[in-house]
Amino acid sequence: MSDKVMVTTTVNGEECEALVEPRTLLVHMIRESLHLTGTHIGCDTTSCGACTVLLDGRPVKSCTILAVQANGRELATVEGLEAADGLSPVQEGFKEEHGLHCGYCTPGMMMTVTALLEENPNPSEDEIRKAISGNLCRCTGYVNIIKAVHYAAKKKEGAAA
Amino acid sequence: MSAPTVSTVDGAIGQSPKRVEDDRFIRGKGNYVDDVQLPGMLFMAIYRSPFAHATINSIDTSRAEAMPGVVACVTGDLLAQHGLAWMPTLAGDTQAVLATDKVRFQGQEVVCVIAKTAAQAEDALEGIDVDYDPLPVITDPKKALDADAPIIRSDLEGKTDNHIFTWESGDADATDRVFADADIVVKLDTLYPRIHPAPMETCGAVADYNKATGKMTIYLTSQAPHAHRTLFALVAGLPEQKIRIISPDVGGGFGNKVPIYPGYVVATAASLLIGKPVKWIESRTENLMSTGFARDYHMEGEIAATKDGKMLAVRANVLADHGAFNAQAQPSKWPAGFFNIATGSYDFQAAHCKVDGVYTNKAPGGIAYRCSFRVTEAAYLIERLVENLALQTGIDAAELRRKNFIQPDQFPYKSPMGWEYDSGDYEKALDIALDLVGYDELRKEQEEKRAKGEIMGIGFSSFTEIVGAGMSKICDIAGLAMIDSAELRIHPTGKGVLKLGVQSQGQGHETTFAQIVANELGIPYTDIAVEHGDTDHTPYGLGTYASRSTPTGGAATAIVARKLREKARQIAAHLLECAPDDLEFDSGTFSVKGSPEKSKTIQECIFGAYQSDLPDDMEKGFEDVTYYDAPEMTYPFGTYICVVDVDKGTGQVKVRKFVAVDDCGTRINPMIVDGQIHGGLTQGFGTAMMELISFDEDGNCFGGNFMDYLIPTAVESPDWTLGECTTPSPHHPFGAKGVGESPTVGSPQAFVNAVVDALHPYGITNIDMPLSSHKVWKVLRDNGVSDE
Repeated sequence: MSDKVMVTTTVNGEECEALVEPRTLLVHMIRESLHLTGTHIGCDTTSCGACTVLLDGRPVKSCTILAVQANGRELATVEGLEAADGLSPVQEGFKEEHGLHCGYCTPGMMMTVTALLEENPNPSEDEIRKAISGNLCRCTGYVNIIKAVHYAAKKKEGAAA
Repeated sequence: MSAPTVSTVDGAIGQSPKRVEDDRFIRGKGNYVDDVQLPGMLFMAIYRSPFAHATINSIDTSRAEAMPGVVACVTGDLLAQHGLAWMPTLAGDTQAVLATDKVRFQGQEVVCVIAKTAAQAEDALEGIDVDYDPLPVITDPKKALDADAPIIRSDLEGKTDNHIFTWESGDADATDRVFADADIVVKLDTLYPRIHPAPMETCGAVADYNKATGKMTIYLTSQAPHAHRTLFALVAGLPEQKIRIISPDVGGGFGNKVPIYPGYVVATAASLLIGKPVKWIESRTENLMSTGFARDYHMEGEIAATKDGKMLAVRANVLADHGAFNAQAQPSKWPAGFFNIATGSYDFQAAHCKVDGVYTNKAPGGIAYRCSFRVTEAAYLIERLVENLALQTGIDAAELRRKNFIQPDQFPYKSPMGWEYDSGDYEKALDIALDLVGYDELRKEQEEKRAKGEIMGIGFSSFTEIVGAGMSKICDIAGLAMIDSAELRIHPTGKGVLKLGVQSQGQGHETTFAQIVANELGIPYTDIAVEHGDTDHTPYGLGTYASRSTPTGGAATAIVARKLREKARQIAAHLLECAPDDLEFDSGTFSVKGSPEKSKTIQECIFGAYQSDLPDDMEKGFEDVTYYDAPEMTYPFGTYICVVDVDKGTGQVKVRKFVAVDDCGTRINPMIVDGQIHGGLTQGFGTAMMELISFDEDGNCFGGNFMDYLIPTAVESPDWTLGECTTPSPHHPFGAKGVGESPTVGSPQAFVNAVVDALHPYGITNIDMPLSSHKVWKVLRDNGVSDE
């Protein structure tokens, strides 16, 4: 196996270093080297989205990116959603609207939704359904996730006003 | 007891407080098995058979053992030295932990590699050399019984065929007599195909053996941690007090996490032998190919009826495909579980069913995917038959059901196959659903559309479930009665801990079980911390599946809280210097009848329990435990109505509207109940429309990843219109029946009935699930409806 390489990333605003094999997937670096286990793994085929994180603000499935590709870039994971003044609107929305059951898909789902609302502050139901179609949830039937997104959009709008 | 006494305290039954467990999940602070990282932990990967049926000539692990980081390779021969090459299944069969003589399905476990990193373990799978001689493969259960079929279970002494069991229920002769004289007989030959629960978290274990103490701690994706502890003790011979199962947060179960899988056993054995923690986490491919499949029931059913639609008798003949080992995970005393609930919501004179189980070269099972055991198959068969009877007789599908329902005054109702239904009001649920869907207008619209050549259908399911196992006289696991438990300990300041034998996989127990205590004791639900999933710190229970947590663990919680409420009453009487019977209790306060100013709060009584001044002979402290053995099962029911439009050109089925009226008895937290129904309906939609595990003639599995095994995304998933009625269970302490599984049991047939109703004018009376666009289009084309 080739020598390990140092990967430097800014994770949730803090600079982090990890010494990993070149073949290491980003999700494994996040979970095992950085010990941020809120990002989950649910499949082997980039189908489920449980591992979704934001790379330079864009949602990516971290099981399909090498850790080295994140070198020098900014990562955001579920652990960074909560700010000093409390839960993010998306987190609050998921709790208020019962947008989760087992919680396994929730971190990835919330990261996708966080990126969606940055790009489209007031998405329609169809736009939400399309945006989260790469994130599988087996528990909720998505109904309350959609409500959670509407809740977060409204909350963000209120905060901005 | 029927409807509960409702408290006004914060979080009492009927309120919808937000879930307390969400606070960690939304912060990424859940703790799932794969999140467990222990010092010195090793990793396990499994080499699996590429063949569905093959003799193993030799297994050579030498190349793998020389690869970087590899600590050990575990073969079946090594396990055999410790008596662990085979393990008993919950269905009384045996299953190979690691194959020694031959492999019997594609994906079967053959060798486990233990290495320092997960990647090294995976790498070393390439260094396993197994010499096979392929054997003829059986994937069709009908061919499994042919005289010249190869014998899959050659390990079983004297086994000369692939037959596992024959099980019958009901009165065959009486049923046949009714059929012989009937005006009308409707028949259906249908397959409930092989599907998979596919929780988002796969199965896994971290086994951590401490040589110094002899203690084996196993972090396990387990829906039944206590039962699993006992099974580990019985199978592996470890002393039970030295085994601790911790089922931390579980990322969905749906029945997938009820059985014990070979990976768990080998990880545990490896930790014991090596003396270090060993982690095994299943990949999605392994999950779909080797663990916990469901259904695979080939069913022939018939209803005998009068020409005006009075249903008289039902009979069913089933071929059950259990795969290579009968690893069915169900606790009933019968090999086809509760399939004899197949009379459904209807009052039949006679009924009979016969189920034959067979071995095939497919993954072993099956598990009860979000249902009690084989209830889903039974509910599907009866509701599909009733729909076809409606189409055959021309009687409206709703009115046919109404005409045949068991009536409210018939409960407790004894069914012709021996069940005693606790309570129901089926017509009420039907009427609410008809109203919500706007039935009369829909039928008019359908007529208009048909005149224009457009295809629209309306499908019903008026299902009855049987849940809450429950009833030790008919249910056990390895002889363990299907009880469940609750231990309640309130600290001096009036806040405390509730410990459960059941285990949440997303159901929200940390909230709803605190609500039960809130309702009974008048303590705000936020003052009760709920603990579960750690066998060292919770009372014995059989776990969470079969919608049994509320019927059993919920009952135990209410009863233990009531015991403590009586203790509090004695203390209050002592403090107020009155007789206990002179006190009234409401929402956390005892007051003297007629003198409400003389009162003590429950918190004052609890504090009193820890003080020196107590009634004579009363022990100090405020805690108790209850083990609950349900007197009967519970019988949730409902009516679902599905409206579909079918595209003639593509075969695409569009679910326009779906109304679901559920009656699960008393609802603890209506928000959570609705959430359970949303999720279950979506799983039922997946079953009906998308999901399938199939095999080619060589036994190659199709459906072994999420690109082939399609579960619903947000784009396909329909919207749901929910309605409710409440018929409390008469025997449950607060009238609850359980809800988790009603929507998966009740909904698939509503989708299929809608499509059959839509296509019936073209002579179509059945399409087997999943109703993919391609399949529906082919049916349309074959019947001259669609062009090539």
